[in-house]
Amino acid sequence: MNPPDPTAAQADDPNVVFHVHGVTKVYPMGEVEVQALRGVDMDLYSGELVVLLGPSGSGKSTLLNILGGLDTPTAGHVLYRGRDLTRASERELTDYRRYHVGFVFQFYNLIPSLTARENVAVVTEIARQPMRPEEALELVGLGNRLDHFPAQLSGGEQQRVAIARAIAKNPEVLLCDEPTGALDSATGIVVLEAIERVNRELGTATAVITHNASIAQMADRVIYMGDGLITHVDTNATRKAPRELSW
Amino acid sequence: MRALDRKLLRDLWYLRGQALAIALVIGAGLAAVLMSISTLDSLQTTRAIYYRDYGFAHIFASLKRAPESLGERIAALPGVDRVATRVWAPVTIEIAGFTDPVSGLLVSAPRAGRADLNRLYLRAGRLLDPNRSDEVIIGDAFAEAHAFKPGDRLGVIVNGKRKQLNIVGIALSPEFIYQISPHAIFPDFARFGVLWMAHDALATAFDMDGAFNNVTLTLARGAREADVIERLDAVLERYGGLGAYGREDQLSHRFLSQEFTQLEQMGRTFSVIFLGVAVFLLNMVVTRLVSTQREEIATLKAFGYSNASIGLHYAKLVVAIVLLGIVAGVAAGIWLGQGLSHTYMEYYRFPYLHFQLRPSIVLGATLTTAVAALIGTVFAVRRAVRLPPAQAMRPEPPPLYRATLMERLGLQRWLSQPSRMILRHIERRPVKSALSVLGIGLAGGIVISGTFMTDAVDFMVEAEFRMAQREDIAVSFTEPTSYRALHELAALPGVTRVEPVRAVPVRLRHGQHIYRTAIQGLAPDADLHRTLDTHLQPVSFPPDGIVLTDYLGTRLDLKPGDLLTVEVLDGSQPVREVPVVGFVQQYIGTGGYMDLAALNRLLREDRAITGAFLAVDAHQRENVYARLKKMPRVAGVQVHENAIRNYYASIGDLLLTFMTFIAGLAGAITFGVVYNSARITLSERSRELASLRVLGFTRGEIAYILLGELALLTLAAIPLGFMVGRALSAHFIATIHQELFRVPLVLNPDTYALSAGIVLASAIISGLIVRRRLDRLDLIAVLKTKE
Repeated sequence: MNPPDPTAAQADDPNVVFHVHGVTKVYPMGEVEVQALRGVDMDLYSGELVVLLGPSGSGKSTLLNILGGLDTPTAGHVLYRGRDLTRASERELTDYRRYHVGFVFQFYNLIPSLTARENVAVVTEIARQPMRPEEALELVGLGNRLDHFPAQLSGGEQQRVAIARAIAKNPEVLLCDEPTGALDSATGIVVLEAIERVNRELGTATAVITHNASIAQMADRVIYMGDGLITHVDTNATRKAPRELSW
Repeated sequence: MRALDRKLLRDLWYLRGQALAIALVIGAGLAAVLMSISTLDSLQTTRAIYYRDYGFAHIFASLKRAPESLGERIAALPGVDRVATRVWAPVTIEIAGFTDPVSGLLVSAPRAGRADLNRLYLRAGRLLDPNRSDEVIIGDAFAEAHAFKPGDRLGVIVNGKRKQLNIVGIALSPEFIYQISPHAIFPDFARFGVLWMAHDALATAFDMDGAFNNVTLTLARGAREADVIERLDAVLERYGGLGAYGREDQLSHRFLSQEFTQLEQMGRTFSVIFLGVAVFLLNMVVTRLVSTQREEIATLKAFGYSNASIGLHYAKLVVAIVLLGIVAGVAAGIWLGQGLSHTYMEYYRFPYLHFQLRPSIVLGATLTTAVAALIGTVFAVRRAVRLPPAQAMRPEPPPLYRATLMERLGLQRWLSQPSRMILRHIERRPVKSALSVLGIGLAGGIVISGTFMTDAVDFMVEAEFRMAQREDIAVSFTEPTSYRALHELAALPGVTRVEPVRAVPVRLRHGQHIYRTAIQGLAPDADLHRTLDTHLQPVSFPPDGIVLTDYLGTRLDLKPGDLLTVEVLDGSQPVREVPVVGFVQQYIGTGGYMDLAALNRLLREDRAITGAFLAVDAHQRENVYARLKKMPRVAGVQVHENAIRNYYASIGDLLLTFMTFIAGLAGAITFGVVYNSARITLSERSRELASLRVLGFTRGEIAYILLGELALLTLAAIPLGFMVGRALSAHFIATIHQELFRVPLVLNPDTYALSAGIVLASAIISGLIVRRRLDRLDLIAVLKTKE
């Protein structure tokens, strides 16, 4: 049993989307145990764009997966809009993922047997107030690639389909795990532009994981992670547009 | 259409090779079930309708001679519905250009205006003109064996007189579906024929004017067969009645029923085996198929699809594949069932076929298959959704490999790196490897159970016709004869040895168990025609008492020392008690054996014989036939080589036809299983193997890793298949333990070789297909994506 959260009052703030307190995560990996998170506290606010920065193994992905309801912490609390995800049932977590969260994965995770349009439709068909798949693809600049299969698209295009798929449900949060990790910088920038545009135009709270420090400049806040802990948090006075970035 | 359903269709297309192989397994399993059951149902329905439409009698009796007026008395007996009296006469038939001895039964045809039981179904020609005495209708089987057609002529010897007859028609009769000589165990269509003649003409020729020597009747509704038989026997007693009997002792019906029972047992056993194996394999294949989709399942979960809707999605995929199998299986089952039924229809010479496939059978088999597949799906999907999606999408943690047993023994020096990978992979997933071996083993096993019958049949022939019955010719006399006849036979040029035999038709009774059969009395020094014990050693008879075939011992619940009541159905029809002294091993037929002298003592007759066994010099055989034909006392001549041929032609064909169908389906299942194992292993390991290619392994080397594993599992499965096959065959034999013959559990090396061959061929073909896919592995895709 986790101790009661002394900071829970903050969770009532309508601007707080996520309130994370004392989250730890231990993975059994074969014969060894890996301590991925060692007690993380953080908040994510409405409409902001946060970049989680850190080297491999610092616990970024684990934190993001826990925020997205893809994984559960070993200890601690994650409050989404005041609801404790760590106490949610399987059914509630499914609904949470279905209606509130958009995901973008490093390796796209598109369904190879569906076209770009259909990959988006897989999500919009079960959402409450989705945009049309075409609209979502238009938003990421793929209005002309609707009927292509993943294998017929470049890496950057595939990742933009993944972004379209993530935002088409009009989620409250968009969680992106190394969205440019598998892309060259020019393509990466196109993808980041799509993310930035969604955040700006739709006001979706967005968390982007990267180990690429340049990307941090497009964020409102930058959360630095290392060895399963948040080491420090920077706030950018101004956000840089993705096209001004380079790496 | 929803995107998920579209994914379903495309996945199906992508998986088409595997889907077809799975469908093949289900289809073959279902087809085996439906084929067996529909064939049997069809045969039984057809026979019932044939019996009804053509007035097959319920009770039959032969007698010496009774006046026609007795027919009315019989008709008046309580429980009797319709009565047909007639004349029948054993005859010798002469056919130009055919030297083998041919015997026959001449029966008076149903008469106009009388109860017409056992009516003829005319295949060709016309019915008899009642006023002509030189016309005959012959049985279809006999006609076919000699290519007779209406207009041909044949000679018969009736009552010692030779008569030339014109064939006017060719017919079938419900009474002689099987035309078996009373002296033979199996039908021989070329050497025994049933012929029908106009009643008055036959009565005149056989000195039976105004009289009859055979009567058949049908039972009134609700009448008890045993009661009517008793009453009939009482009436016929003074007319030399030989004991009335019901359908179950009527030669043709009895033979047919035994074969049907056998078919039914084979069908049922194979249905259970095939459906069981197909369902197990289906379950296994589906589980592995869904497991390979772990990542897609996790992705769908991440988007908020519920476990139930993901389960439903995969259930649809599986149902689509299963449905394909079911449709193919039902279609093939009907097609094969019709084919097999028609084969049997022609074999049994039914005039028509009423094909029957009960919807409940189709439904039952289909549901069993579908439910089994869905259970597999549910388990696999449940396992796949149990992991949190984040974990399922991540590459699996490096599996825990250990040094294999071989390495702990220090043998790795002799193993290349790829060989070690194969061994470690098998050892790391022992359950999966064991299931693969089990699946292929089961498939190999059903091939054996579908083909071992050939070995068993060969063994039975060897034991019965080469070790026990070694005569060249068996002669039967028209009536009990003195020993002098033996000297006549011995004097024929070419005859090298003669042994006497006395055969007596009897009803054996022990407690409430009754069995109609024959007792053979054999000479104590018999060397040609012997009986063997369970170790296939000749048995010598004690001077008193009876020896029974082991089947009869069980059937009549006897043990050595018990007293057996013998009701003789011949001559003065005495009833005697005889001690049972032992049992003999006999695979074909049933009966009792006694010392010849003891049997004659029992009958209180003096040194009488009813037949003889001859050994004949091969060069003189034709000559001996010709001489035998001219001996008036000789009623029938069975040539040993023909007996073997007839055995193969009847029992052999019946079993082997069925088994050929079964073996084909077993082969299809085997291929389906092996191919699926190979394909799933490929999809489970293609990334790992592509990475090795990137690292510089050649196509041959990675093929070695994958196919080497497949080969090892296949090789392990082959001996397992042998054991499974032996066990299934033993189970099969246990279920068809039967009157006509008892199948021994004999498996020759070539049956094992066939099973191994089919498994290996399936593995090689599957391996080649997989190898082709390996050669086209997309290396770039591996570099771009994770793992």
